[in-house]
Amino acid sequence: MSILVIAEHDDASLKPATLNAVAAAAKVGGDIHVLVAGLDAQPAAQAAAKVAGVSKVLLAADAAYAHQLPEDVAPLVVSLVKAVGYGHVLAPATSAGKNVAPRVAALLDVQAVSDITGVVSADTFERPIYAGSAIATVHSADAVKVVTVRATAFEAAAGEGGSATVESVAGVDASGLSSFVSAELAKSERPELTSARIVISGGRGMQSGDNFHLLEAVADKLGAAVGASRAAVDAGFVPNDYQVGQTGKIVAPDLYIAVGISGAIQHLAGMKDSKVIVAINKDEEAPIFQVADYGLVTDLFEAVPALASAL
Amino acid sequence: MGTAVVSMQIKDPRYASLFNMGGAAVASRVSILERPPWPIEPTGANQMKVLVPVKRVVDYNVKIRVKADGAGVETANVKMSMNPFDEIAVEEAVRLKEGGKATEVIAVSVGPAQAQETLRTALAMGADRAILVQTDAETQPLAVAKLLKALVEKEGAQLVILGKQAIDDDCNQTGQMLAALLGWGQGTFASKVAPADGSVTVTREIDGGLETVSLTLPAVVTADLRLNEPRYASLPNIMKAKKKPLDIVAPDSLGIDMTPRLKTLKVAEPDKRKAGVRVSDVAALVEKLKIEAKVI
Ligand SMILES: Cc1cc2nc3c(=O)[nH]c(=O)nc-3n(C[C@H](O)[C@H](O)[C@H](O)COP(=O)(O)OP(=O)(O)OC[C@H]3O[C@@H](n4cnc5c(N)ncnc54)[C@H](O)[C@@H]3O)c2cc1C
Ligand SMILES: Cc1cc2nc3c(=O)[nH]c(=O)nc-3n(C[C@H](O)[C@H](O)[C@H](O)COP(=O)(O)OP(=O)(O)OC[C@H]3O[C@@H](n4cnc5c(N)ncnc54)[C@H](O)[C@@H]3O)c2cc1C
Repeated sequence: MSILVIAEHDDASLKPATLNAVAAAAKVGGDIHVLVAGLDAQPAAQAAAKVAGVSKVLLAADAAYAHQLPEDVAPLVVSLVKAVGYGHVLAPATSAGKNVAPRVAALLDVQAVSDITGVVSADTFERPIYAGSAIATVHSADAVKVVTVRATAFEAAAGEGGSATVESVAGVDASGLSSFVSAELAKSERPELTSARIVISGGRGMQSGDNFHLLEAVADKLGAAVGASRAAVDAGFVPNDYQVGQTGKIVAPDLYIAVGISGAIQHLAGMKDSKVIVAINKDEEAPIFQVADYGLVTDLFEAVPALASAL
Repeated sequence: MGTAVVSMQIKDPRYASLFNMGGAAVASRVSILERPPWPIEPTGANQMKVLVPVKRVVDYNVKIRVKADGAGVETANVKMSMNPFDEIAVEEAVRLKEGGKATEVIAVSVGPAQAQETLRTALAMGADRAILVQTDAETQPLAVAKLLKALVEKEGAQLVILGKQAIDDDCNQTGQMLAALLGWGQGTFASKVAPADGSVTVTREIDGGLETVSLTLPAVVTADLRLNEPRYASLPNIMKAKKKPLDIVAPDSLGIDMTPRLKTLKVAEPDKRKAGVRVSDVAALVEKLKIEAKVI
């Protein structure tokens, strides 16, 4: 049976998490189709057609999908599942994928499987529960498996080398249930948090938003992304899209540097699969040191500027 | 003030159940008949009833232990609390009522008898009444969403505010599923909720920043961490909560089949990280990263 992957994109380009979802689809096994629903999404569809392993791209270009609202995208996915008979629907476990996938599942009367980190077989998956304190292996007996995929758990499919066909599909009438008002999207010269090779994050110990410049100085030298703990976001030091953790972003870079972060389980849930973890904290008892490969017990206001100049 | 009140409360065993004190959970006594004629204020423009589903979960401070036989995680004798996101949902609903935008706040839980404690907490925070759909069965989001749909229809609720995710299973599904089943719009991961006539504007925390959508009412909203800061219940309100109505219904009476669709085959500990080393200073750290780890 074939698999439908819901692409994450901004019309102009495909978001990297789509490639990880395609990789998970490859593990399930079967023909992989990618749905690109948007307004002027031709470029994203072309990019999807080049992804290794994809056999067909379905392009739904319609004003109704301009902002990819779940009220409109979910019925489209359901109509495709019914028409084509997909056995699996996969989406990246991003804020967009988590928004739409459960809606699709409910319309199909199936129980979705959230945030998988492993494919055991076509109907059995691994997923973290309790902020990653345990890994559950779950079996779905539903006719269609609706699954969101944790990007960091699957090595991205190659973005080049594929040669899928692009087919236009008709849209479904707009639901009228919701409309887009506005968006405030962070613009940054730095790499995106979830796909950066190096991440440096600050916590409550940073004391203020201004002090994040200390981290940025290191980030600039390393080409790193900057993240934060929930405490730093709640305190207003940095915007919400910086939050790493159980209820923020999940990252697994080659190098994660935690600065002034105590290492609460909810924070660890978002970064403990990083290859190398560095912790800088003045409290030698801080739990972050239990997961750190390299721990530096010192005042961050001395260590971070020193790090920036040593690089 | 508030803190003193709470600590006094905790020492009094009669009210321990309200605070989910852990240990053997004691179901609080509930009389379905003990229902005062709660005044439902007549209002003009806004006749909105708000339903708030609240889930009883292992407290977020508890260190989770996987059972040796791989059947699940240890939940016996651990502290249980209201899912933190649901506290935020209750707070938001109560504020809507206080602001004259809602007429009644109904807290709902699906779960075992002990979930009454969770509902009492919601009542102490200001919900008007509560409904427990009592079941000892494993609850999965699709079945919970179906039960909630039945209650929404029975109660004529116009707005449902859920938590964005329960911190035990981390599914992040129930609100979206409920919205789909009702054919309503969904404002997930909300950091701001502003109802107006016939619609509600919701600001959502998304990966790239913030997005604002407008939903036709009735609608479903799921609460993110920064929507508000939930209040602590005061002692008088905790006392009042004991008298507020709490109805208990069976899933069957709502015509919903709770049979789980997902079967958990096993639950295992995640891979542990190897213990690391302490470095003496920044120079040593940089050297390790360059020469040993080769990541910079
Ligand atoms: C439902 C729920 C969801 C949550 N989701 C998340 C999530 O997704 N992500 C997340 O991060 N948290 C999350 N949390 C919050 C989490 O429990 C912690 O409260 C939070 O991670 C703490 O952030 P912190 O480490 O920055 O702050 P703190 O715990 O206050 O730690 C600050 C650290 O800075 C150190 N420090 C202070 N000054 C200095 C200095 N000058 N030099 C060096 N070190 C210094 C201190 O020693 C301390 O260890 C969640 C909580 C709940 C209840
Ligand atoms: C390994 C494993 C073992 C399990 N064992 C048990 C068990 O022994 N007993 C058991 O009862 N369940 C068990 N479950 C089911 C589990 O506890 C969850 O209830 C279920 O998977 C729902 O997921 P969620 O709560 O993460 O949903 P989410 O979609 O993350 O929840 C979002 C929101 O929906 C609302 N909501 C969700 N559930 C309820 C509810 N029950 N009542 C009111 N509002 C709700 C809340 O507002 C919540 O914030 C088990 C699951 C697994 C994976």
